[in-house]
Amino acid sequence: MNTRPFFGLAIAAATVVFAVPASAQGQLSLYCSVQEEWCRPMAAEFERQTGIKVNMTRKSSGETYAQVKAERQNPRGDVWWGGTGDPHLQAAEEGLTVEYKSPMLKDLYDWAVRQAELSKFRTVGIYSGALGYSFNTRTLAQKGLPEPKCWRDLTNPAYRGEVQVADPNSSGTSYTMLATFVQMFGEEQAFDFMKLLHRNINQYTRSGAAPARSAATGESLIGITFLHDAVTQVLAGAPVKIVAPCEGTGYEIGSMSIIKGTRNLANAKKFYDWALTPATQALGEKANSFQIPSNKNSKVPDAAPKMQDITLIQYDFQRFGGSAERERLLQRWGKEVRSGS
Amino acid sequence: MRRLVGFWFFLAAVAFFFLPWQLQEEGFFAFEWLASYPDERTASGFFYAISDRPWLWVVLLPVLAGGGALFFDRADPRFGRKLIWAGVLGIAYTLLQGFAIGLQGLGWSSLVAVFGEIDVQQFGFGWGATLILSAFLVWISLGVAALGHFRGDAFVSGGVVVSSALIIAFVFYPIATMLFGAVTDEEGHLALDLFVRRLLADDIWSVACLTGGTRCGVMFNTILMGTLTGFLSTMMGLGFALVVVRTQMPYRKLMRALTILPIITPPFVISLAIVVLFGRTGIVTWFLEYAFGIPPARWIYGLPGVLISQLLSQIPVAFLVMIGVVEGISPSLEEASQTLGASRWQTFRTVTWPLLRPGLAAAFLLGFVESLADFGNPLVLGGNFDVLSTKIFFAIVGAQHDPGRAAMLAILLLSLTLGAFWIQMRWLGKQSYVTVTGKGDSGLAAELPSTLRRILYWTTIPWAVFTLITYAIVIVGGFVHDIGRFDMTFTWRHYLDAFRIEQIDRGLFFSGSAWDSLSTTVQVSAISAPLTAALGLLVAYLLARQRFAGQRTFEFMTMLSFAIPGTVVGVSYILAFNIPPLEMTGTGLILVICFVFRNMPVGVRAGMAALAQIDKSLDEASLTLGARTGQTVWRVVMPLLRPAIVATLVFSFVHAMTAVSAVIFLTSARHNMATAYIVGRVEAGEFALAIAYSSVLILVMALAIVLIQLVVGKRQLGRRGQQVAAFGGH
Repeated sequence: MNTRPFFGLAIAAATVVFAVPASAQGQLSLYCSVQEEWCRPMAAEFERQTGIKVNMTRKSSGETYAQVKAERQNPRGDVWWGGTGDPHLQAAEEGLTVEYKSPMLKDLYDWAVRQAELSKFRTVGIYSGALGYSFNTRTLAQKGLPEPKCWRDLTNPAYRGEVQVADPNSSGTSYTMLATFVQMFGEEQAFDFMKLLHRNINQYTRSGAAPARSAATGESLIGITFLHDAVTQVLAGAPVKIVAPCEGTGYEIGSMSIIKGTRNLANAKKFYDWALTPATQALGEKANSFQIPSNKNSKVPDAAPKMQDITLIQYDFQRFGGSAERERLLQRWGKEVRSGS
Repeated sequence: MRRLVGFWFFLAAVAFFFLPWQLQEEGFFAFEWLASYPDERTASGFFYAISDRPWLWVVLLPVLAGGGALFFDRADPRFGRKLIWAGVLGIAYTLLQGFAIGLQGLGWSSLVAVFGEIDVQQFGFGWGATLILSAFLVWISLGVAALGHFRGDAFVSGGVVVSSALIIAFVFYPIATMLFGAVTDEEGHLALDLFVRRLLADDIWSVACLTGGTRCGVMFNTILMGTLTGFLSTMMGLGFALVVVRTQMPYRKLMRALTILPIITPPFVISLAIVVLFGRTGIVTWFLEYAFGIPPARWIYGLPGVLISQLLSQIPVAFLVMIGVVEGISPSLEEASQTLGASRWQTFRTVTWPLLRPGLAAAFLLGFVESLADFGNPLVLGGNFDVLSTKIFFAIVGAQHDPGRAAMLAILLLSLTLGAFWIQMRWLGKQSYVTVTGKGDSGLAAELPSTLRRILYWTTIPWAVFTLITYAIVIVGGFVHDIGRFDMTFTWRHYLDAFRIEQIDRGLFFSGSAWDSLSTTVQVSAISAPLTAALGLLVAYLLARQRFAGQRTFEFMTMLSFAIPGTVVGVSYILAFNIPPLEMTGTGLILVICFVFRNMPVGVRAGMAALAQIDKSLDEASLTLGARTGQTVWRVVMPLLRPAIVATLVFSFVHAMTAVSAVIFLTSARHNMATAYIVGRVEAGEFALAIAYSSVLILVMALAIVLIQLVVGKRQLGRRGQQVAAFGGH
């Protein structure tokens, strides 16, 4: 058999493909629950500054919680960064995450520290943002529909099939909405309200911020999300208007936890401290995420929704971040709202 | 043979005394453990045995027993029997202790009663355990050959034993685990009431949409979508085949070229184009409103959207199946019919159509099964139209994380596809469809009835144009700011987001978001393709060239994995390989194994077809001249099989790069796959990035196909001109 000249070529190609240099600084598996657009620079920037190879997966916070729980015997993630606080608190309560008192705690706002205290320092606040919705002004004008201003307006039969929100099982955003309604209206009325709202929902998405995008393109008229998710679309030039509902609204404290059983604890702590610095928190604005950062020295993005203009409810994180309560509410929602069509 | 026994005895001893017994954190093929060897995690079986795991001593017994066979002569039946017993008992015991003592110590309550609690965590099998298990397997096959089975040929018996063991471990065992998972609760206790509740859940079987309710159960939706996709894609595929073969339409050759597109496109990319066209703010929607005042609606989200995207990817496949059948129909039969006075329409109805039946059945089946397994399109376009594949996905990945329910749904999906296979066999029956015979066949194909021809033109041409438009949108979408909102300014931004490379002081820094998943994807595809080809062709050789007892069973085993939808494979793999002793989730290895066993049947079929053309006397000549079977395969058969090798390599490489349904369950932070990443981007509405990434994938695949053909080369038959290299498809 004659020698084949292309064999060398194949070997050369293989060398290029397989020569992914193992990093001397070790690795870090990052479960990221904010917008992918923000996850990416977080991973890249940390890797650039430290040389630690970051393996990042983005999943919604409810899904990440489920994954961390499913992997508890054999954890594969190191840090869970971002996403609404309730699943983080639930994970802390169930012992899925470890206690860590970062030296950065002293620089944080009270609400961020309270989140840490509530969880016995198993999680910490990294940003906050208020819940609300946005609607596509162009579609609204075309259809000649009234402008919604309150939560109650969304159940108006005129908006049949025009409202989009995430599934609270997968998305922390949507669970915050559920918990907000329960706190504002009382549980029974809240579920009656959501059953009415269900008739107007065109789709329950997986990711919490997706409805903002749908409202921006006009695929849906109204999208219920955190306000900062809608701001991203406004700044991209989409014809949407942001609404902070008149009855008042709930808010999230985006959190971060170190997963119990991590194989890279030192790197995880390094990331934890790094993520709380003003320089790191500034990455959010660059990635079109307009939450309010938790470090007092961080600059609040100019475009961030002004908290003083919004009526915020007294959100009871202790109760609604509790394991049993969250599961009970989600089950009731699945039974009465989602499949009770 | 004695030398081989001794060699494996040596390996088994080394494995027991020196190699790390357990799976290392970094994965099977990572060698970081060398740095800390030996410690608590990296110790060998021997070290564990003398510290806190006395049960590992027992593993040494069959190893010694196998070595003991060397005291006998090869011809002595005790030699073979001893090897077989050592191998079988060794495998049985090693697996038993691995399953019984896992992460929570002794897991089986019946054993706890006998031995008491054992407070030791055992992780998955690592190098040590794997090598010892391999030694047992090799001994079994040598022993079987020594006793005179397989005509005493160690190569053949080794091939059959080892490939059967692999298929049992990676096809049957996961499916069995899944069946088991559906009838147990979270703690692993048998719970039949739970099974019944899962099975009879209303969201599975409801048919409320027929009686005025808003929504139907997932079974109804799935069957409806699969049947429609199968039926429509078959009809359109037949239409295209008739147009290309039986009419004089200009550019009909181009249609053939178009069929390659869906094969190399990650499937769900098409659904993006559908949204851009028919979404509420889509181009077509806008035009309809502008021209006819039809108000924009969200009709595309649901069955219509899913169906259109399935058809876009399935019609070309159906076309490929049908064109072979249409070309194969002997015109003389049709001529005979016309000579006997039948009209063109009668001829088509009574002669041509019945002969098309096997092709129709095959195309329908492909469309049905593929659309059932597919999951990217329902995810993007499904809206509230749930199908089994997406339900399964959410039961595993979603916040409710209910593997038992996922297993239940996967079983339903599996029974649907197996049912479809069975119906196909019944429908075709035992009639003869032979039309290609050795007799002279010089007739000309009958012309199509003109009504039929007109119908065909009016359906196929618009569809072909539509396909081209969707692909144009896919290409354009990667280069403009935001095609979803018609911001059509040219930009490289999306490509940079995905594939940026920066120069920093430590050297090159791949900061683009797609690099990790792209490199994993290329590695996994490049590793699995040659393995698939090797295993597939070995099995093909055993089936086509050897005769042994149980051959039919062996053939059935190798083909079974073809009938299992990818989604089911994915679920069964995480259920089976998430826990010791075969612990592989989160590694790159599980991805490779998944692809090898998914794609192997194609290698088997390609190899058997190619072997059928090669005269057996060539092998016999080689054997008569004194070569051993292994040598014959390597030196004589392999070079003649090059077209089949190329076909298998290309198929498995391309499939590994574009498959979604199985791998989406198996990816992890460290080993993410391109398709899984793209699905996530699509869902978040980052269409442009998804499109940019997909186009790079297509480019990589094209390069790989060229590279494979160059490396494997073409076979040289006598002084004949170069043969056309085969090309793989679905």
